[in-house]
Amino acid sequence: MSEALLEVSHLKKYFPVTEGLLNRTVGHVKAVDDISLTLQPGETFGLVGESGSGKSTVGRTILRLTEKTAGEVKFKGVDIHSLSPAELRLLRPRMQLIFQDPYSALNPRVRVGDAIGEALLDHGLCTKHEVRELVLESLAACGLSSYHIDRFPHEFSGGQRQRIGIARALILNPDLIIADEPVSALDVSIQAQIINLFSKLQQSKGLAYLFISHDLSVVEHLCSRIGVMYLGSMVETAARDELFHNPLHPYTKALLSAVPVPVPRLKRERIVLKGDIPSPANPPSGCKFHTRCPFAVEVCKAENPVFRDAGGGHFIACHLA
Amino acid sequence: MTVDSRLAGLREPQVQRQKSSLFRQSLKRLMKNKLAVAGFGVVVFMFALCFIGPFFSPYADNKINMAMMNKAPSLQHLLGTDALGRDILTRVMQAGRISLTVGLASMVLSVFIGALLGAVAGYYRGIADQIIMRIADLLMTIPGLPLLFIFGALLSEWKVPTDYRMYIVMLMLSIVNWPGLARMVRGQMLSLREREFMQAAVVLGLRDSRKLFHHLLPNVVPLLIVMATLNIGGAILSESVLSFFGLGVMPPTPTWGNMIDAANNMIDFQDHPWLWIPPGLSIFATVIAINIFGDGLRDVLDPKQKR
Repeated sequence: MSEALLEVSHLKKYFPVTEGLLNRTVGHVKAVDDISLTLQPGETFGLVGESGSGKSTVGRTILRLTEKTAGEVKFKGVDIHSLSPAELRLLRPRMQLIFQDPYSALNPRVRVGDAIGEALLDHGLCTKHEVRELVLESLAACGLSSYHIDRFPHEFSGGQRQRIGIARALILNPDLIIADEPVSALDVSIQAQIINLFSKLQQSKGLAYLFISHDLSVVEHLCSRIGVMYLGSMVETAARDELFHNPLHPYTKALLSAVPVPVPRLKRERIVLKGDIPSPANPPSGCKFHTRCPFAVEVCKAENPVFRDAGGGHFIACHLA
Repeated sequence: MTVDSRLAGLREPQVQRQKSSLFRQSLKRLMKNKLAVAGFGVVVFMFALCFIGPFFSPYADNKINMAMMNKAPSLQHLLGTDALGRDILTRVMQAGRISLTVGLASMVLSVFIGALLGAVAGYYRGIADQIIMRIADLLMTIPGLPLLFIFGALLSEWKVPTDYRMYIVMLMLSIVNWPGLARMVRGQMLSLREREFMQAAVVLGLRDSRKLFHHLLPNVVPLLIVMATLNIGGAILSESVLSFFGLGVMPPTPTWGNMIDAANNMIDFQDHPWLWIPPGLSIFATVIAINIFGDGLRDVLDPKQKR
């Protein structure tokens, strides 16, 4: 096997909870608690989970937009969190982020062409004469027209803005794109266009994606491996078909049973989870999922299950499976 | 005539695609605000009057004419003459030069200081922020006018030559005005730096200078323009107040403030209203017009109105 593009091992991100005048730390929100994943070049890894499960924080901590608490993030064998700011800046073009909200991810006072091309200039990757040509190329690749180049972000629709965000990431020719719920702010028809754009670009450029989403059908369409997160921890990781046809963790089963199917009469066994996701500041003991798990037994309350290989690259953290 | 020959002269219409510009869009919206346009008109008129007008005046600057003391307005002297027989209209125009220059220059200076320090404080946080903002707080806790009075009294005590006083008054006004601007810019910076597009700038690996000058400052510029405009009005007013109390620019250099001060006794006030009404009206009209224009600008440029 070739060297992994991205290797995240035992990544933890705790946000301190402070109280009172002196900002005493009274606890920690364990937003990301011991996450490990590997991404091969050209692969798409899907990260799913409900809101508040820490998916976005994983993406941001990998890119060092927030500092980690513990663990290791290796990009092409380089530990990102040990780099100096100057070294990190040089590595930035190799890994890009696409934001969830296309409305706030673009500076309202910067022309689209400048927004897309400025990183190239800033990193000295092309000359001032070449930049316009490259921006036009990137716009075209993302399905935008050449006359869009001198416009301002407020002159575009949400879907177009997301394309601009993609063009901005793409022009740097990155190896890895972390897409943080890139389609959840868009309506369904636009979602399809953007997702098709993602897979088209992957085929033509050999990109690797870390695709963060709460929409299982989107992830199924795009990803080769999928990780399911619950309350900051990974509960199950498997290849796409394995996960969708043979889910082992009760949480994954519950999620899959909630995916709408376009067959109205089909009788399905629906696993309905009770209650809300518990607070990550005060997670339940033992298996974090036991409070809502329909199959929970005594051992689940006492012991945290180990994240283990259930055979054939199918990892799971559950006492029962 | 065949169809072909008629079409021969036709050319595809050349559509001029205008580069969309935020400036042009704002200008368009500003033009819809009639009051603001009128305010701008008055400001332009005052500037033209003060800077071009004196060239057409037959009365030389400060020329004393004892035969024409305290004369009421007439065809010869449209706004009358003062106690030394100087033409009031000419003096009002010349005083306007000083007052407007002081207002403009002190605005430029305080905007420059305020924007720079505010941006540094807001962007870099930490120690720099603490030092800059504590100094600003200190200056803001002292009421502006008494502070100016103290400065003015010091200048008189130190016998600063009258020629230099104008420049020192500009400096004084800037020192009093920059903390408010710095605070405003810092606040904007603090909120802007947390916006998602700044995170995007981090991910793209942009340099600090580009983040500061290409991403953050352009977002503060509309606010700065509005603040700067309103600031001119305030500065003109403060300068007039100082000069009125004899603590600003000194005679014989005329300013609107010290012209009113010259009529600061009951005889002149009652019997020679042409001494103080023209400079008073000039201050009033200029400051009101600037403020109306500034308000119009704010309506157009306020970033909160737009996404």
